[in-house]
This record gives sequence, structure tokens and C-alpha cells, in this order.
Amino acid sequence: MIKEAINFLAEPVYSFTIFIVLFLLALKRIDIVGTKKFGIGLMVFTLVIFGWMVADPVFFLVISLPDNIPIIILNALVFWSTWFALYKGHQNDLRIAAGEGPIEGTPENREKVWAWPNLVYTELFCGIACTVFLIVWAIFFKAPLEEPANPTWAPNPAKAPWYFLGLQEMLVYFDPWMAGVVLPGIIVVGLIAIPFLDINPKGNGYYTFRERKFAITSFLFGWLALWVYLIQVGTFLRGPNWTFYGPFEYWDFHKVVAENNINLSEIVWIKFLSMGLPKNIFVREIFGLIATFGYLFGLIPLITKKWGQRYLDRMGAIRYYIMLFLVLSMMSLPIKMYLRWFFNLKYILAMPEFELNL
Amino acid sequence: MSEGFAKKVANTQVWKAIFRHGPPDNARNRAAVVAGNVFLHLHPIKLKKSGVQLGYTWCMGGLTFFIFLALTVTGVLLMFYYRPTAEYAFTDIIGLREHVPLGIMRELHRWGAHLMVITVWIHMFRVFMTGSYKPPREFNWGVGVILLILTMLLSFTGYLLPWDQLAIWAITVGSNMAKATPFLGNGGPGAALAKIGDFVMVSDKNDVRFQLLGGRFVGEAALLRFYILHCVFIPLVVAVLIAVHFWRVRKDGGISAPL
Repeated sequence: MIKEAINFLAEPVYSFTIFIVLFLLALKRIDIVGTKKFGIGLMVFTLVIFGWMVADPVFFLVISLPDNIPIIILNALVFWSTWFALYKGHQNDLRIAAGEGPIEGTPENREKVWAWPNLVYTELFCGIACTVFLIVWAIFFKAPLEEPANPTWAPNPAKAPWYFLGLQEMLVYFDPWMAGVVLPGIIVVGLIAIPFLDINPKGNGYYTFRERKFAITSFLFGWLALWVYLIQVGTFLRGPNWTFYGPFEYWDFHKVVAENNINLSEIVWIKFLSMGLPKNIFVREIFGLIATFGYLFGLIPLITKKWGQRYLDRMGAIRYYIMLFLVLSMMSLPIKMYLRWFFNLKYILAMPEFELNL
Repeated sequence: MSEGFAKKVANTQVWKAIFRHGPPDNARNRAAVVAGNVFLHLHPIKLKKSGVQLGYTWCMGGLTFFIFLALTVTGVLLMFYYRPTAEYAFTDIIGLREHVPLGIMRELHRWGAHLMVITVWIHMFRVFMTGSYKPPREFNWGVGVILLILTMLLSFTGYLLPWDQLAIWAITVGSNMAKATPFLGNGGPGAALAKIGDFVMVSDKNDVRFQLLGGRFVGEAALLRFYILHCVFIPLVVAVLIAVHFWRVRKDGGISAPL
């Protein structure tokens, strides 16, 4: 019963929404999240849930694949590091509010210490701990080796290495040229651009949340919701034919999901106007073109008028418009996801004649 | 007695020839041990206390470098047993598994590679959360992003080498993306425009995917390419960039701290 509910709620439309709500709630109530009590409670809670889930044979089957072990380690580390960074940020915010300044800046912590032994021994200890961890891992889990390569027989599902599964999951919503080339390219360029866009001088060299709300929220959103979350979906919830399977659902090859996705042009011309598709592709895709260019350019004055003016004044035009472009590119993914879930929308702009589908 | 013995050892000509100073139990020698050792001189002699606290740094960058070294060592050992050809690659891995008692070298290498991807990500997350990319460290953040990409490419190119089903199909899925590169990939938007009469300029025989794989599918040419990228080319680039990264950490004022 509970497992069925979880299977149901794991479907991206629900789990993604729940994830976003919890994420925003956590940042909103950082005064609760950023305490030790909450951290310990959360850790116990997730460990219990995880233990209960692992006890399920079907879930255990997926989770114990040798190549999935790293994702469990990633999840534990992401979970812990996110809470810990928010906790330290909140503690510093309290100190700053009390006029004490961040803990990293106290005279005691500014004091200089010898690299030998303080730093060198810490590194040595971390190196030894890491080595022990790796050796234990290597003893207990054999590196996977499947049948010899056979170019004529493709396994189903054929999955990329786990760190690219977020990108592979994006393929559900975007064509390869977007999911595999343009969006990753924008991620790289966007990451490199961060220091030049974020000109807020505060929060340099110490944990904080309140002093960098926008920067941290948008980074965490991209990192947690659009990268780590999608990796989970791609790894644990996608079975044969890239069909959705709940965590306790057996990967039945015969599961059929009715998918009837249609393009924006078909929705408008056929459904709303009952006209049939025009022959000329630019006339046919006029609404998609308007939507795409409207999203990329038309929204900008609206956003600027409503929220952006103070950023524009502070950052200057070049920084501001680059940042808007990056944010819009990032948000195109969740927008496309929801359009798919709610309206079965396949492509906003469908020009297979040029391999240009959005 | 043991202390006397340690002192005696530290006073021998051999010790002095190697280390050129006494044991690091006083200020002068602690400075000398860091400044005089080619490996340790990556460190500053003294640094702010906040910069050595695990609660601040998480040691994730250091661990990434450590795992990179461990992967170099285990990788070189694996190279002794591995031939990158369609005929031998898989059987060499089988041989490694069947004929080496208690062998965990391949496991260390594979799990280490996964772990390195994770530690790079967490390192980057920590750097972001402490605002350490802010001036004067903007450039080094960019170098770090390139290293992040290269780490994932290292792992990706290594994924093909066992030459099993998992390997070739994962690489097939991954490299199919290259086919969709705008203008440069055979199946990407704009590629159809690059045509002169009947002559197709971007075909599956010359697009980026072909350059990456050395063929139209993941075959022996791809195996050799990935092997060389994995064992020689990318590690060399990474090593150079790591040097730049560490150098800039020092030049930009060491581990970040409140201004």
C-alpha cells in the first residue's frame, strides 16, 4: 500500500514537484533547517527510510548493481554537504546579524599556523581514510563485466555512465542537439561565467546564505533539481525503453505506456483552429517561432520591469542580459518538463526538415 | 630511548643528505621541511587557521588530487596487462580477473574513477558555497570547471576500455549526442544546409562523431582513440591544468577566507 503510493509519487511529475516544493521550503525556513537538531533528525529519518527501501527485493536489485553504488555515495555526500553548508551558513548569518562577523573571520581563525604539521597531517589522514575506503569498496564489490561487446545486439535499456544520466534523462524532453550539446555547453559556459556575473562582494571566503540568497538559490536549484535529481530518475526509475518504473516496481519488459505527444503546431492548427497543417513550414511553425523568440527576447523587458531593474542597475547591461539568458536557458528545462506532463507537448518548434526541434 | 634513537637517525649523514634539515619540531625546520621539499612546497609555509579546518574545506579538492594520483598508479599497472584491440581487450580483462589471485587493481581503478567524479562535484559545491570563486579567484574557478569536464571525459573514455556490452553501448549512447551537434554533426540542425549541389559537406563519414570514434560506429578505431585519450592525452592536459590550478590557489592568496 505504502509502496504503491511511493511508486505512484515517484513519477517525475509528482516527485519533481514535491522536490521543488521541499527545496524552496527548506531555503525559506533555513532557521529550522540550519540547526543541528534538524540535521540529526533528517539523517536518522533518511537512514530509516533507506533501510526500509533496501529491504524490498525489487529495489535492492537496482540499487545493488555495482555501477549504482557510486550514486548512493553521491546521494549521501550531496545530502550531507547541502545540509552542512546551509547549517554553517545559517550559523554565520546569526553571527553576522548579531554583529560578530563570520566564524571564519574571528581573530583566532585568522591566526597563522604552520603547514607542517597542521595541514600536512590532515591531508595524510584524509588520504589514508580514502585509501582504506577504496580498498574495502574494491574488495566487496567486483567491477562489473558483462558479455563481450556485440555491436549487433543492444541491451535495453542502454544507459550512459551514471554521471551523464541527467543528460540522457533530458533526452525525454529535448532532442539530442539540445540535451546533448547546447544545454551542456550552456552549463559549462554558465559555470565559468559565474564569478563575472556575481558581483556581490559579500560571502567571499565564508559560509552564508542570507548575504547571497539569489546566487545560492539558483545554483542549488540547478545542481540539486536539474542535475542530481535527474540522475536519480535516469538511474533508478528508468527501465526498458526508458519507460518509467517506480522504485518498487519490477522492470517488466511488457509495460506499455500510452504516449501520444503532439507538437504545438498541431495543437493550435488542428485542435484549436480545425484547419489542418499549412504547407509552408514557417507558417506552420509560426506559433512555435513566436513562443521561442518571445521566451528568449519578449520576456526580458517584462522580467526587468517586474524584478530585474535593481539587478540591471547594479550589474550593468552586459552582465545582466547574459545572466538572464543563462537563467532562461536553465528554466527552459523545467518548463518543457511541465509542458510535457500537462499538455503532452512534444515540440514547441518542430522543424524536422532542418533537424531543428525544440 | 626511542627519542634518542630518532635524534641519532636525524643526525646521520644519510638523513641530512636527503632532508637537509633536522626533524620538524621547531619553527626553522618546519619552514624548511615545506619549502625544501618538492612535493610539500605546493603548500604555503604558514596559513590561516580557517584554511586547515576540515569543517571549512572538506578536503575534497585534496582528495580529488590524491585519487588522481592513485588512478595514475593503478592505471599504469593495468596497462601492463591490457591491449586495446577488439581481439584482445575483453579477454585481457577476463585474464586479469581469472589469473590474478585477490586482484583488486581494476576495482580500485574503476571505483576510484567514480569517486573522483563525486569528489570533484562536492569540491566545486564547497567552493561555490563559500563564495571562493569571487575576486581574486575568478580565473581559477574557470580552470576548475575545465578540470571538471576533463574528469568526466577521463571517466567516459575509460568506460569503453573493458570492451563489454556495458562499455560499447554506454559509449554509443554518449557519442550519439555528438551526431546532433548543430552544423558539425550529421544529424544536427543546420547540417543539411551545408550542401553544394549534390555534395554533402557534413556526412556521417566526416562529422564530429566520426572524428571522435574514428568510424561510423563504436568499433576498433574508437577503442584505440579512447585508449590513447584515456591513458595519454587527457591525463597530460589534466596534469598541466592541475599545476595551473594549484599555482593559482597560492598566487590568489591561498585557501579562501573572509577578506
